[in-house]
Amino acid sequence: MRSMARAATTADAFNAVAEPRRRQILDLLSGGERPVNDLVRALGVAQPQVSKHLRVLREVGAVDVRGDGRQRLYRLNGHALKPIHDWVKEYERSWSERFDQLDAVLEELKQEEEDDDSGN
Amino acid sequence: MTVATSGTAILTFPTDEQILITREFDAPRHLVYRAFTEPELVRRWWHAKRGEMKSCEIDLRVGGKWRYVAVAFDGTEVAFHGEYLDIVLEERVVTTEVYEGLPEGVSEEDASTTNTATFTDAGDGRTTLTLLVQAPSKMARDAIVDSGMEAGLQDALDLLEETAGSLR
Repeated sequence: MRSMARAATTADAFNAVAEPRRRQILDLLSGGERPVNDLVRALGVAQPQVSKHLRVLREVGAVDVRGDGRQRLYRLNGHALKPIHDWVKEYERSWSERFDQLDAVLEELKQEEEDDDSGN
Repeated sequence: MTVATSGTAILTFPTDEQILITREFDAPRHLVYRAFTEPELVRRWWHAKRGEMKSCEIDLRVGGKWRYVAVAFDGTEVAFHGEYLDIVLEERVVTTEVYEGLPEGVSEEDASTTNTATFTDAGDGRTTLTLLVQAPSKMARDAIVDSGMEAGLQDALDLLEETAGSLR
């Protein structure tokens, strides 16, 4: 799963937004333009890692970059990605909600089994 | 804002044709398997608390068919069906799946996925469930995403509120 930045998927906007770390970057940028160093600090991962993710995001147009003196400032270009971002979140959410329900069902099944064991 | 805080399900896209969902449950494997394969139990969780299940048919044998119909609280009905391709008791269930409300121009063939549910012991009486959704092509996956968006639009308003502010 960690190898998702490989060439075959980098050009795919869907993959760009579906990678958890890259979604984190998009969320950070949703608060406004930020320099790379800022992102590195906020994410707590090495700069090359962050740069790699930013490159993927740039390739699919998810972020724009501009130079400001010696700094490179990244900014969200959410328009292109919003439908995909929405869908991923929606899909994730509906499964999470299903699984929360499933948790409750499983608790009951476990209880039933325990009751059966103690009854016999 | 963080993403995916609503649960611990992890969603990833291993390849252009796949969607992978992983979740751990605090219950032994045989119970997770039961909850996944017995209609009376599936009925109780598959609706995701957004409505209720109108129908849940499971003919759990290779070549057998399944069909789920859910009705959301606003009356919207969604239905899915498919066929069991492979079954290993308490370990693995492989099915096809087709959404019955596909947008015009999308054929069932193009939008049919092969779903593999795998149940693995995670120790301490816990179970890891992985759901691998395999589409026939990247185009098909995108078609599924399109149809999923249509189906999800009904209750997407609050979600939009959440994301609209962040994605300008």
